[in-house]
Amino acid sequence: MSILVFAEHDGKEVKTPSLHAITAAKSLGKITLLLIGSGAKTAAESAKNIPGVGEILVAESEKYNNLLAEQVAPLLVSLAASCSHIFAAATSVGKNIFPRTAALLDVQQISEISAVKSADTFIRPIYAGNALATVQSRDKVKLITVRMAAFEASPRTGGDGTAAIKSIDAVAGHDDLAKFVSSALSHSERPELTSARIVISGGRGMQNGENFKLLDAVADKLGAAVGASRAAVDSGYVPNEFQVGQTGKVIAPDLYIAVGISGAIQHLAGMKDSKVIACINKDADAPIFQVADYGLVADLFEAVPQFSAALDGVLKK
Amino acid sequence: MKILVAVKRVTDANVKIRVNAAKTAVELTNVKMAMNPFDEIGVEAALRLKESGQIDAASEIIAVSVGAATSGETIRTALAMGADRGILVEATDGLEPLIVAKLLQQVVKRENPELVILGKQAIDDDCNQTGQMLAGLLGWAQGSFASKLAIDGNRLAVTREVDGGLENVSLAMPAIITTDLRLNEPRYPSLPNIMKAKKKPLDTLPAAELGVDLSPRLVVISVEEPPARKAGIRVNSAAELADKLHNEAKAF
Ligand SMILES: Cc1cc2nc3c(=O)[nH]c(=O)nc-3n(C[C@H](O)[C@H](O)[C@H](O)COP(=O)(O)OP(=O)(O)OC[C@H]3O[C@@H](n4cnc5c(N)ncnc54)[C@H](O)[C@@H]3O)c2cc1C
Ligand SMILES: Nc1ncnc2c1ncn2[C@@H]1O[C@H](COP(=O)(O)O)[C@@H](O)[C@H]1O
Repeated sequence: MSILVFAEHDGKEVKTPSLHAITAAKSLGKITLLLIGSGAKTAAESAKNIPGVGEILVAESEKYNNLLAEQVAPLLVSLAASCSHIFAAATSVGKNIFPRTAALLDVQQISEISAVKSADTFIRPIYAGNALATVQSRDKVKLITVRMAAFEASPRTGGDGTAAIKSIDAVAGHDDLAKFVSSALSHSERPELTSARIVISGGRGMQNGENFKLLDAVADKLGAAVGASRAAVDSGYVPNEFQVGQTGKVIAPDLYIAVGISGAIQHLAGMKDSKVIACINKDADAPIFQVADYGLVADLFEAVPQFSAALDGVLKK
Repeated sequence: MKILVAVKRVTDANVKIRVNAAKTAVELTNVKMAMNPFDEIGVEAALRLKESGQIDAASEIIAVSVGAATSGETIRTALAMGADRGILVEATDGLEPLIVAKLLQQVVKRENPELVILGKQAIDDDCNQTGQMLAGLLGWAQGSFASKLAIDGNRLAVTREVDGGLENVSLAMPAIITTDLRLNEPRYPSLPNIMKAKKKPLDTLPAAELGVDLSPRLVVISVEEPPARKAGIRVNSAAELADKLHNEAKAF
């Protein structure tokens, strides 16, 4: 029985979120990767070197390019009979495709695990991470999405490079059910929010989108990603993909700096596992201080430029 | 047109929950409950389709909840917001998404809606599954994490919030939608509407009569509180913050 990992790729290599899923999966044994869509073969060649990969299945069909759940779920279903587990990263793609697949297989998916206890027992956060449930699955095949922040990314190299690449056919789907129309994806020079070592986030205290430039300046000096609270996104300061939290991105960088963010339960759910947390907030009673290793009570419009200037000195040394 | 909206009763978003002494579940006695926030957005989305004239004025909006009798209160809230009638699928609380999806599938079979709206995620189990599962069971298209929704002839135009930004898809109807936060800002029910909602029809369907296996697939072995994070220190200036992060925390 194989341990299958549905891996996202960019036509060249496996995307970072899927490397976290690989780490979770390979704790149970050698894994089989599934790569689909245009460029999957090229990505498979580079994926050969990922440690722990025994086999790579490639379905290089254009119909999978937009990763529509209506198309991909039937493919996963066709592979499930020979699998003990099917893993994916809990990205918007994994979250969209896996439950549909699970229902078609009559399986209760296990969402966003944060630890693997054994082949059938997993830990997953519930209630915005305020409780951790240990759950045991009775299903024959386990469908699992992996919380990226809870597992290190697997290295891309270091494996023996002997994984066999096997082409598989696309599965007929209902082509008319859902159609991809267009996408508007942000392109930033900065590291991705979910893989950045340092993240600086702004909240309602930023007052408008223009003021996020203050955070950009710091981010550029530190090689950090920029994130936001829901309030900042809802107010239109920054786009939705910036949102950190229970219902946004869950991240655990080495350093998280919260600026003008109060620290609501839902926000904490997305960043409280960061190694070091710092915050700048003018309200000394804001709940963010209860989780911050370093808290500065100050007006952000003074403190952030000062912090940015101080970085120049500190980083030069 | 008929729209079904799934509404789940969950702990209020502002409540700080606790794990029970036996470490088997979250303590729910005397905890404030409310409609799952994403489901409020779902009800609002259905109402706006109707109010904007995108679907005909005679369209019916049906709120459905799966759970114990108390979930009837959540349906009443949906009715007070403006839904036309309610269906309570009476069952024990806390059923798994797969079972809820199968029960909702049975309701869909009876009601034949053209659109079913669910939340993207229940804020208690944080599963983010039920809508996609229901779409799979029905063989329908799914517009998950929707931040925009419009009728486009006989199809549905949906903007989805994805990790990298936004994605636009066109779905055949009938279809499933799951709501994301930016789809709309749900209204508060007015007092007169709360009064009116008391007279709106609310049917009860016992889950046991729907031919769905209600036994769980996931056994909860334990529920524990995560290790608490301790508050650290306060620094006095931005310069001190930069210095401490660099020299003490070695964060950069
Ligand atoms: C279903 C649901 C899901 C949610 N999901 C998320 C989620 O995923 N992520 C998320 O973040 N939230 C989420 N929320 C929202 C959450 O409950 C809070 O409303 C939100 O996090 C608040 O954002 P904020 O801290 O930026 O704003 P506020 O709570 O308004 O805090 C602003 C802070 O800025 C400070 N401030 C203001 N001006 C200045 C200044 N000049 N200098 C310094 N400090 C200043 C204030 O003291 C205050 O502490 C969710 C809510 C619900 C109901
Ligand atoms: N017991 C329930 N009753 C009604 N709707 C539900 C129930 N459970 C889940 N849902 C719907 O499914 C959505 C996603 O829930 P979940 O998959 O549990 O995160 C919720 O926002 C609801 O719209």
